[in-house]
Amino acid sequence: MIALDKVSISIEEGEIFGLLGPNGAGKTTLIKILSTLLLPTSGEAYVGGFNVAKEPNKVRRIISLVSGGETPGYGILSVEENLWFFSQLYGLSSSAAKEEIKRLAEDLDFKEYAKTRMSKLSTGYKQRLNFARGLLSNPRILFLDEPTLGLDVLTSKKLRGYIVDWAKRERKGTVLLTTHYMAEADEMCDRVAIIDRGKILVCDSPLRLKENLRANVIMKVEVSSVQADFGFMEKLVGVVGYSQTRSIQTDTTTLKVMVRDETVFSKIMSQLEEQKLKILSANKAEPTLEDVYISLVGRGLEEAEATTDA
Amino acid sequence: MLEQLALNLKAAYARLWVRVKGGNREPEWLIAELIIPVITLSTYVYLYKMVKAPPEYASFVIIGGTMLAFWSNVLWNMSAQFYWEKETGILEVYFVAPISRMAILLGMALGGMVNTTLRAVAILVAGTLIFQVPMVMNEPLTALLIFFLTIAALYALGMMFASLFMLYGREAWHTANLLQEPIQFLSGTYFPMTGTVVPFMVQLLSSLIPLTFGLDGIRRVAILGQGITDVWMNIVALVIFILILLPLAKFALNYMENLGKKEGRLTLRWQ
Repeated sequence: MIALDKVSISIEEGEIFGLLGPNGAGKTTLIKILSTLLLPTSGEAYVGGFNVAKEPNKVRRIISLVSGGETPGYGILSVEENLWFFSQLYGLSSSAAKEEIKRLAEDLDFKEYAKTRMSKLSTGYKQRLNFARGLLSNPRILFLDEPTLGLDVLTSKKLRGYIVDWAKRERKGTVLLTTHYMAEADEMCDRVAIIDRGKILVCDSPLRLKENLRANVIMKVEVSSVQADFGFMEKLVGVVGYSQTRSIQTDTTTLKVMVRDETVFSKIMSQLEEQKLKILSANKAEPTLEDVYISLVGRGLEEAEATTDA
Repeated sequence: MLEQLALNLKAAYARLWVRVKGGNREPEWLIAELIIPVITLSTYVYLYKMVKAPPEYASFVIIGGTMLAFWSNVLWNMSAQFYWEKETGILEVYFVAPISRMAILLGMALGGMVNTTLRAVAILVAGTLIFQVPMVMNEPLTALLIFFLTIAALYALGMMFASLFMLYGREAWHTANLLQEPIQFLSGTYFPMTGTVVPFMVQLLSSLIPLTFGLDGIRRVAILGQGITDVWMNIVALVIFILILLPLAKFALNYMENLGKKEGRLTLRWQ
């Protein structure tokens, strides 16, 4: 199995770059190669000008990696003890480390938990600690691998905002973010690359990627059954792609479809009526990065993940 | 170069601190460390007394038990620790940091030595006060020299094992389990290897383990009252072990790390 296939990207200093794609697309493989945890079978990768395979220690001095859903330290130690320990792996003096821990605890709102054992923290606070660990050493380049995985909306927003501030105002650091949350990439990134089955499909700013879809029409239709069958769209000429979200709680399916012109859309509506599905709403939608993905792959991210998992 | 050395020493100290701090937070380990080994040794001491073996045999057991505590520390508190760190995701953090893997292992080992030393002292105290085993030590410095050389050789061996735990996780765990009893037997933890009924081939095999030379040397100095002129062969053997095992450990760690990076298994959990 090829995890990454002829991937070629260049990230500017001070840029927040997003790598978007479903689970199993190759995002983590790429970030592991760049953070010296994996060796590529062919090709070369440079981080901060250093070859990741030949000069790993030079790379390690300027990078930091924060992964989502990870244990950020030793459960038996308190938050500040864990952070002090990690600061020592980068050679910080104890006094500098303590200052930095204090500042990060205030910035990331975990000051009140500084003396709490890590094992007693909630998932959200554990991830704040994980972020603090990643930022402690003042890295030039920060790798974020699905950093908001499993977090609530407020914590995710807080951490996203903090990283943008860190990269743009405070530090001018470079960030490589992998995510399968399209909104996250849209909100944070200067540029994004969409990756699927190990290949980079497109790379540009979120704005330009969405602008390129203006020629198409995107519609969102909500129908009153969780068992609606949209298979007919595979054969309809003029359908660029579609995604569907089923809700068992409300027994509804939301279909997002991208078509070449509105006449195709009326054909879709009549097909849905033939299935005797009650159409609850139908609205035109603004293009999102998910639509960019649909236009390239022909299916939504959830469908792509279901295919990969199968 | 000096900068890197200072960084590695800081990392080793920090890892040592984690072990000591963590240990202090859960003092229950003291019971296991202090009482269980003494009970195990009592079995052997009483057995030797029952069969009317020379009193030195009981002393052999005490020294054997003391040194075994250090070997167990190497194997389970240092080598196997890489397996746990991998499963909890912390190994990834170590491997992204600009530090030597040996520094982390050194920190783990030294941190574990605090607990181990307590265990060793408990065994020695129990041996001398409860069982009144005879000790005749004329050259304590020679005993100390052999002790430190043995510890260094054991840690180098432990670092090699750590490279296995790093990549093979559970399989390495089973292998280490499998090796524990034979190593205890071959090194003569509870009885002397030389000058006994132990077959020659087994004695030859035992010479491949640094613990055998360490135990033999310390026993001769601490129990039989011998001096450096009698145990110089043990010292030379231990130095040779260190000179071979340390570079081998460094090579093994690098080799396994690279293999793990090539095969994508370095930080892959639940293998």
